[in-house]
Amino acid sequence: MSKFNKKKDAALPAVNTASLPDIVFMLLFFFMTVTVMKDSTLKVENVLPNATEIKKLEKKDRVIYIYVGKPTREYEKTYGTESKIQLNDKFASASDVGDYILMERAKKPQELQNVLTTALKVDKNANMGIISDIKQELRKVNALKVNYTTYDGDAFRNLQ
Amino acid sequence: MPKRGAPPEVNAGSMADIAFLLLIFFLVTTTIETDAGLDRMLPPIEPPDTDVIIKQKNIFQVNINRDGQLLADDELTNIKDLRAKAIAFLDNGGAPSGTADYCNYCKGKREATSSDSPSKAIISLKNDRETKYGTYITVQNELVGAYNDLRNREAQRLFKKDFTDMEAEYLNPETPDNVRDELKEKVKKIQDLFPQKLSEAETSSN
Repeated sequence: MSKFNKKKDAALPAVNTASLPDIVFMLLFFFMTVTVMKDSTLKVENVLPNATEIKKLEKKDRVIYIYVGKPTREYEKTYGTESKIQLNDKFASASDVGDYILMERAKKPQELQNVLTTALKVDKNANMGIISDIKQELRKVNALKVNYTTYDGDAFRNLQ
Repeated sequence: MPKRGAPPEVNAGSMADIAFLLLIFFLVTTTIETDAGLDRMLPPIEPPDTDVIIKQKNIFQVNINRDGQLLADDELTNIKDLRAKAIAFLDNGGAPSGTADYCNYCKGKREATSSDSPSKAIISLKNDRETKYGTYITVQNELVGAYNDLRNREAQRLFKKDFTDMEAEYLNPETPDNVRDELKEKVKKIQDLFPQKLSEAETSSN
């Protein structure tokens, strides 16, 4: 081990950075596993309104998402510019919502089926008519717990 | 260049840089997103068996028209004033002292023409099919805000803590069970003082 002996008389040994890649890789793997890529691509415009009195939506496995908004530019030709409902990655009409909820509910484990929340992610420029239709459908299948998903911000900005 | 017997070692010095690059990429793209929003309960579809007769003065009617204008208790109202109006209505406590409905914690004006007590007071929200969703959320937000303001006031008085904080802690899954049981009672008590009675009528079509 003459290599080490030689170094001994150096004034300050350099900090060993050999384990730096390992540390960085550890962090890297953490973020890689934590990152969730969106599972359904949005086909509708989805600028959520702002609100201040919000509650966090804990436990993602108990949430069913419904998206509403204008079709994005590439779908405008086929589906027009009126607000549409998106379930999973398909456009749907209000009458499909009930079946969709029942289907999603059946997929969840038994003990969660009664505590599901429906998260309505609605573009702030959508009309209330379509929301009322959805609410009516939700009531029909007894999915009464809803969450109007919003951003955290001044609610009066929605009016502009 | 001096020749060595062994094959030259690959320089691993830049490995950290590459790893850093990847790390930064994932750091930037990660959104540990927790959605948040306004929680509401829809009314069940079966009508209640017994028709409850509600006095007109206990109902606070809020109408939103297609242009986003607001009619609160038959008065054209700016949305910014809605919260104060709702609080005044809920906190009124009009029932005279000595009656069953008397509200001893209310700080309102106790007008006979407004609500009897917070547990009797109902806010009814009605909107047009053409109403913008953003406007609707703003109104919902203000009404929920009115309840939260009143609940915060009572929670401060009774427990020296904000109701919204208590509720958030109660709903947080990381809160230990013993703390949560204690909070549950307090949250329940405050909720009973100002029960959230926000009825959403079916949308009018014209």
